Amino acid sequence: MNDLRVLATGPLATVQDLGRTGVGDIGVGVSGAADRGSLRLANRLVGNREEAAGVEITLGGLALRARRDLTVAVTGAGCPITVGGRGAAVNAVLRVPAGSELTTGTPARGSRAYLAVRGGVDVEPVLGSRSTDTLSGLGPDPLRTGDLLPVGTPPEDFPAVDVAPISEPPAGDLVLTVVPGPRADWFTDDALSTLLGGTYRVTPRSDRVGMRLDGPLLERSRAEELPSEGMVSGALQVPPSGEPTLFLADHPVTGGYPVIAVVRSADVDRAAQARPGQHLRFRRAR
Amino acid sequence: MRILPLADAGLLVELDDLESVHALYAALSRSRLPGVTNLVPAARTLLLQLDPRHADPAELERVVRGTSPVPGGVPEKELVRVPVVYDGADLGEVAELTGLTEREVISEHTGTDWTVAFGGFAPGFGYLAGGPPELEVPRRSESRTRVPRGAVGLAGRFSGIYPRSSPGGWRLIGRTELEIWRTDRQPPALLRPGVRVRFEEAR
Repeated sequence: MNDLRVLATGPLATVQDLGRTGVGDIGVGVSGAADRGSLRLANRLVGNREEAAGVEITLGGLALRARRDLTVAVTGAGCPITVGGRGAAVNAVLRVPAGSELTTGTPARGSRAYLAVRGGVDVEPVLGSRSTDTLSGLGPDPLRTGDLLPVGTPPEDFPAVDVAPISEPPAGDLVLTVVPGPRADWFTDDALSTLLGGTYRVTPRSDRVGMRLDGPLLERSRAEELPSEGMVSGALQVPPSGEPTLFLADHPVTGGYPVIAVVRSADVDRAAQARPGQHLRFRRAR
Repeated sequence: MRILPLADAGLLVELDDLESVHALYAALSRSRLPGVTNLVPAARTLLLQLDPRHADPAELERVVRGTSPVPGGVPEKELVRVPVVYDGADLGEVAELTGLTEREVISEHTGTDWTVAFGGFAPGFGYLAGGPPELEVPRRSESRTRVPRGAVGLAGRFSGIYPRSSPGGWRLIGRTELEIWRTDRQPPALLRPGVRVRFEEAR
């Protein structure tokens, strides 16, 4: 039942699956893994359903002790991993014997790693999901040292491969594909070309809600207030300061500042791996 | 109707007014829409959030344009009665701002049925519209760091009930014991868009 003991959490470790759907009309956001593709991959590696819950590890520092033999995989950020004190690989199926420790160090590249455990992290779901929504407080609390995590019944399927040939998140500038709109017409003609021509730095004021970006200001042409409207992950929302925020998994359900462009979903996963200080550039979708 | 894409993650349907939003929301809530993960009604828009792996935006846009709105919004026209003790910290200020007496504020607040326009501020929160124009007051100039669960407030032309304790800038006129939000209940939120709300004075 309580099969994993949390020994250390690093800056932030949360339980995440693919989030809550069907409840946006009552103010509940999707939440879920910030880099959904990496959680899916981790689950596939251990034979889970893609939507099983795992642990999202922010900038490493998570340590766990297995209380029975477990099969796990770590994907996403390139963390140095140890199992029972020995180095182990990311994007690979790992056996963690009862009593031994799994540690994830600070990643050299990327910011979020995903731990899947065969059977899935089996905390109590809230509104159909085990995800921690850091904005609304729904779902389990972030992991704390000493917590015990239950692991669910292993699936029928067995892992199909031992290792997934995936490259680590890049360390240099990230180029993200955007589609202009829905409120590009609330900005000056220059604003969109400024966005597409500029380089934006990920500031430390970035979390699962969104990444505050530092770069060329995007000037509005309309001064009136936008009635709040629904938001999505990947939206580049521009507050009065003119510096865009790139929304991630725990973004507010609605927002009252205009969205100049939206990052395509495949690139939202890549954006979620950007580290403070890293630079983003935006390219218009063809 | 204007339909604006949010890359491959959403379709934002822009409509003339809140009634049209509710009518389309009510119609689409009954439809099977493959790849649509959420419907988010707002003041003048309805957002269809999409699962990009399963949604076909062009086909969904065709479906939205071909949908007959359900006039009047939610079919059941549910009425939620909310008992309120009117002892809020800002009741006197609201009376001053509106030029009414405190008793008159209470009778205005209880005298009209409100309608949940949309959510969005927090899980379970509903922006209640359709109240008397006399009660229109600006938000507080400074937010409170903690407003208790069940606090009933006014801001702009809306009334609202805090589903849980949180920071907030609405002018508080009372409190209710009614649990408008419980994640272990079906439905978790009593205040869904289109639901009518009647405030009743509790003593």
